[in-house]
Amino acid sequence: MHNNPILRISTKILFAPIILFGLYVQFHGDFGPGGGFQAGVIVASAFILYSLVFGIEAGKKLFPTNVNLILLALGGIVYGGVGIVSIILGDEFLAYNILGSSPQSGQHIGILLVEFGVGLTVSNVMIALFNAFASYDKVKEK
Amino acid sequence: MISELLINAFLVTIMLSIAIALIKTRTVIFTVILTSAYSLVAALMFITLDAVDVAFTEASVGAGISTILFLAAMAYLPKKEVESISSEFIPALSCIILGGILIWCSFDLPEIGQLTAPIHQHIAPEYIKGSKEDIGIPNIVTSVLASYRGYDTFGETIVVFTAGVAVLALLEKKNTTKKNKSQPKQKIKKNA
Repeated sequence: MHNNPILRISTKILFAPIILFGLYVQFHGDFGPGGGFQAGVIVASAFILYSLVFGIEAGKKLFPTNVNLILLALGGIVYGGVGIVSIILGDEFLAYNILGSSPQSGQHIGILLVEFGVGLTVSNVMIALFNAFASYDKVKEK
Repeated sequence: MISELLINAFLVTIMLSIAIALIKTRTVIFTVILTSAYSLVAALMFITLDAVDVAFTEASVGAGISTILFLAAMAYLPKKEVESISSEFIPALSCIILGGILIWCSFDLPEIGQLTAPIHQHIAPEYIKGSKEDIGIPNIVTSVLASYRGYDTFGETIVVFTAGVAVLALLEKKNTTKKNKSQPKQKIKKNA
């Protein structure tokens, strides 16, 4: 697929809008359909599309594996961290009311952070799975 | 009302034909693509039920990313499915019996959208009221998912994380054992 100009150019054009759409779905989830799970998958699909068209090595250069693995764990830590912070501030685990000046703004901050953690984990798990399957073959051939 | 019935009948017909095609096909890539198409029609079905968030998830996860992951995993499979089942009678019979039981049970279900149904009596009214007052978010699905049922979503995220790590661990292990050629293991055995 590396030599097909239509695929290469359309991937280059589509890459940024897909990520932008993913971010829109991520942060507009409070007001419309969407949220961390869907946004994570959409962002991951942009990187997977890049790896499919330009090859797995180019994909790994764009998004290094060690960064991928760190972000994969960081999503869960962000989610759990919100719960721990709400305990430290003197409420129950994952009770967002205490995070802001008013209960409603606390809920807003909590939901935004929690959804961000979900999106981070889901997108990086998807990219890691694709990379694991796609690069498995090469090692086997050696 | 009649247009809703027509749309539902149309979608169910497409789903049924995809399902029959899925049974008939023996090529792995067609199976993957038909499963993706089935998910897309299921997403349309969710839209007719006004479950936009579920439809979104079904379209992006079911029809989108899982197809790519199946295709990536498919590279290690033989191109054609091996026909292992000699008789199709017993599987068909069990499917018909199970389907019959499910249809029979569905007569007892309350009508979709009926206000007196048990599902709309329990905690749902509280969530619908509270989402606007306590949380201040118009999308009730998000407020239930992230706030009221925050523990469940935390567990879900950890499940996704664990599944990803487990697959990575399985694939990584095979890579390293091939490289090392298992020479150190034999030495340990001799000593023991």
